[in-house]
Amino acid sequence: MKARVLIRPKEGILDPQGKAVERALPALGFDGVSHVRVGRLVELEAEDGADLEALCEKLLANPLIEDYEILSTGSESG
Amino acid sequence: MTVSETRHRELGLTDAEFERIVTLLGRAPNDVELAMFSLLWSEHCAYKHSRKLLRRLPTEGARVLLGPGENAGAVSIGDGWAVAFKVESHNHPSAVEPFQGAATGVGGILRDVFALGARPIAVLDSLRFGELESERSRYLFDRVVAGIGHYGNSIGVPTVGGEVYFEAPYEHNCLVNAMCVGLARAEATIRSAAAGPGNAIVLMGASTGRDGIGGASVLASAELEHGEEKRPSVQIGDPFEEAKLLECCLELLDRGLLVALQDLGAAGLTSSAGEMASKGGVGIDIDVERVPLREADMEPFEVMVSESQERMLAVVEPQRLDEVIALCERWETGAAVIGEVTGSGDFRVLRDGEVIGEMPVGALVDGCPLYDLAPAEPESWIYGNREPEPTTDPGGAGSGAEEAGATLLALLASPSIASKRWAFEQYDSVVLSHTVRRPEAVDAAVLHLHEADATIAVAIDGNGRRVACEPYAGTIEAVLECAQNLACSGAEPLGLTNCLNFGNPEKPHVAWQLDRSTQGLADACAALGVPVVGGNVSLYNETEEGPIYPTPVVGMVGELPDPTRAGGLAAGDGDAIAVCGPFSPSLAGSELAKIRGELGPGLPSLPIAALSAAIALVRDAVRSGLTTAAHDVSDGGLACALAEMAIAGEIGLEVDLDPLVELRGCSGETCLFGEGAGGFVLAGSRASLEALADAGIDLVLVGAAGGDRIVISAAEAEIAVALADAARAWRSLGERLEAVPVP
Amino acid sequence: MIGVLQFPGSCDERDAVLACERVDEARLVWHREAELGDLAAVVIPGGFSYGDYLRAGAIARFAPAMEAVREFAAAGRPVLGICNGFQVLCEAGLLPGALLPNAGLRFVCRQVEVEVERTDTAATAACQRGDRLSIPVKHLSGRWFAPPQALAELEESGRIVFRYAAGENPNGSVADVAGMANERGNVVGLMPHPEHAVDPLTGSADGLKLFESLVRSAAPAAV
Repeated sequence: MKARVLIRPKEGILDPQGKAVERALPALGFDGVSHVRVGRLVELEAEDGADLEALCEKLLANPLIEDYEILSTGSESG
Repeated sequence: MTVSETRHRELGLTDAEFERIVTLLGRAPNDVELAMFSLLWSEHCAYKHSRKLLRRLPTEGARVLLGPGENAGAVSIGDGWAVAFKVESHNHPSAVEPFQGAATGVGGILRDVFALGARPIAVLDSLRFGELESERSRYLFDRVVAGIGHYGNSIGVPTVGGEVYFEAPYEHNCLVNAMCVGLARAEATIRSAAAGPGNAIVLMGASTGRDGIGGASVLASAELEHGEEKRPSVQIGDPFEEAKLLECCLELLDRGLLVALQDLGAAGLTSSAGEMASKGGVGIDIDVERVPLREADMEPFEVMVSESQERMLAVVEPQRLDEVIALCERWETGAAVIGEVTGSGDFRVLRDGEVIGEMPVGALVDGCPLYDLAPAEPESWIYGNREPEPTTDPGGAGSGAEEAGATLLALLASPSIASKRWAFEQYDSVVLSHTVRRPEAVDAAVLHLHEADATIAVAIDGNGRRVACEPYAGTIEAVLECAQNLACSGAEPLGLTNCLNFGNPEKPHVAWQLDRSTQGLADACAALGVPVVGGNVSLYNETEEGPIYPTPVVGMVGELPDPTRAGGLAAGDGDAIAVCGPFSPSLAGSELAKIRGELGPGLPSLPIAALSAAIALVRDAVRSGLTTAAHDVSDGGLACALAEMAIAGEIGLEVDLDPLVELRGCSGETCLFGEGAGGFVLAGSRASLEALADAGIDLVLVGAAGGDRIVISAAEAEIAVALADAARAWRSLGERLEAVPVP
Repeated sequence: MIGVLQFPGSCDERDAVLACERVDEARLVWHREAELGDLAAVVIPGGFSYGDYLRAGAIARFAPAMEAVREFAAAGRPVLGICNGFQVLCEAGLLPGALLPNAGLRFVCRQVEVEVERTDTAATAACQRGDRLSIPVKHLSGRWFAPPQALAELEESGRIVFRYAAGENPNGSVADVAGMANERGNVVGLMPHPEHAVDPLTGSADGLKLFESLVRSAAPAAV
């Protein structure tokens, strides 16, 4: 299967990147944008039965400070 | 007792301490007060097991401008300039999340220094991990180095030096100590004492979240209990925020807009505001509703104890407020008036004007009982020993030419001795244009402070294994090694900072280590005439597997008169080589003893006066340009020191140590690989070195640099290896780390 | 007078001022300044403007001072971007290519040898072709990249000003590119830090030539 893993800072955890982006926006004329959080996206193909949860816990995300979400994208290219 | 009656225990307070709080307040504390007391009465804030010992340390000196008790110590470097410095631990956070733990450790020590009005100009790190064979240790090392680099590099403060040791007792309890050095005009340094009832308390920098609330979270009300998720204990560092905060604070101080300034570290607002009030002998009101929050639903106690990073607390006269806020806006850093200085002598916590906590400042900050230790020397070696590997045991089979050569290569490749280039190349060591000697160019970092037309050298040292063998002598060695490192650069010590990393002081053998080690620190500083201007204590570094090696880490700042004559490590072709100092090599506690699994208690005692004279001789020789290279003998003994000098100079050497073997009456092998304080290897012209030999200090010419082999003979033992092989072994750390992917 | 831009998060701006002061007068230019006046040249210094969050240089390029730099450059006046400044110039489209995270994925601080390929740019007018300069690098995102076709065109038109000497490439840049010029040669960016190579006491004085070049290049415009 093909999957996407979305990783983002845990709620309540300081997100310096999101904050810096958010602060820069008004100067560029983008008003009314708030709660910017910057995460990352991992795309992967896994054989059936691969333990994606464990993969995320151990490597892709740092469960202490990050949440992750596994989205199956089926077999279409994504 | 009911659950609520025993909650103080979960917060780390003893029943007696809790009763004392009740007596001091005249009533039981409420939750907010209990949270604040539990943190300020913790070991970390109150130093309750170490404060009495620390009184032994000499803190006075002609050059001392600020001693222990301020955010950092400071010494004068002349012409009205001051150098501020301090070392602090961030061990536990680094064990939990190494990248952020190390990063915020750097951020915290930087704030300590710029809280004084000093611009941070250098960072050094002292790191301890388990053996490199351990996957977890490699992971921690990798992430800690990345975290230090991330913060220091991003904020534009060079990391100019440090040390790393890999020893099994740190496997479950790594140490991350960071030292920061700052530069200030002496008259512009500011203290942290709050003053002037009616003055505003301004919280600057980042907003406040639930970071680092950790232990106090047992106080969370039931409705929050469901979410462990809601209380992240990991602090995230934001060097960009701190960069703005740093510039903003320095400009505020430069313009004389602040009455007092203090950083927020452990125990957050509680500790900062409490200490400022205590030092100023005033009261303080803080309104939690006025604290800018990152999360809306925080409880008052969470606001008061949050350890969110990149925050500073300032006392500002009301008529200056507008100017202060405007400058904070210019630097795009937050600023909020969250309370005021009062004449009451009480620390009051308010929520929208309603008092929700009220404690005498004296009770909160200085009321914690101080404890005496109950030291007892352990009857035997309490740490393990390595299983000798029969096939690869270096030097174990004999001590002929091949064996001694193999031992040298094994020692050079030992992770604690090998070049740390892999790590320090990840640190910006040149920003701010001060760095005259970068890492591994000489034993100390040398900085020419063009602003002040002064030159300083800085070093950080400590060998926990040797302190474990003998806490008193081992700690003296740490101080001497630091002074020796400075001497090799040509610098004379001005002041010292320290971080005492130990296990649980309530255990008699740890108490004994702490007691003896502190005494060693005091005696060494007194003998060298170096004042202790600040420091930090980190206790309870232990797990079920036992305590860490007792690890006093010593940071020293010295000055040298002429940056163009700063010492070097590289021997030149044709240089004569000499061994200097009252160095009496012994295999006790040595790297070789470790490799062979032969560690045990005991180190030879040290003739401090003679050592001190040798340090002065080398310092003066370097300053007068009589040496081309100087290097202290430390881990791996004389053979490793000689090899390192050859590798640095990209030149071989041929040395005969027989005169030293005879002088000390030791075996050839002990002469090659034995360790101990007070030894230097010098390179220079034969005439210069011979002139030094007249000074009445042991100084033996042993050979010369040249060729492409390292040849060292000592009685029955002989080393003959290719320079290239030695260099390869010494530089093998990076390869070994990169070869195994870090999980 | 040379202007050195200062963004929140700049690190090497004071070092750049010190380096410029060895050849001319210099001052810091706050990122909100929209006019550069009669500055002889502009240096965009190293550091981590806006924390390098999102992408190195991505936010700084929108600063008012960068609009002014764009006009300054369009007028043919000398602009030198160092490290983060190079990243900002690439993000702003004033120089070609992009700077990616180092191949080793680690920050690298190291003295490297850099070869000068062109001497007709604002930053190399005082150099000789083939000069080998010893200059430190220190960056996390210094791997210059352009797609093969674009690289071929840039090579063809001689836009590569600095290359890492053989075996010295610290970051995996394609074609060992260390620095680049715009078409007119008045805008130059490089990853190595010449402002940290202006005094033998701190390691090398080879970088001084770049600052001498800026002054020399500015002279005709001032007449």
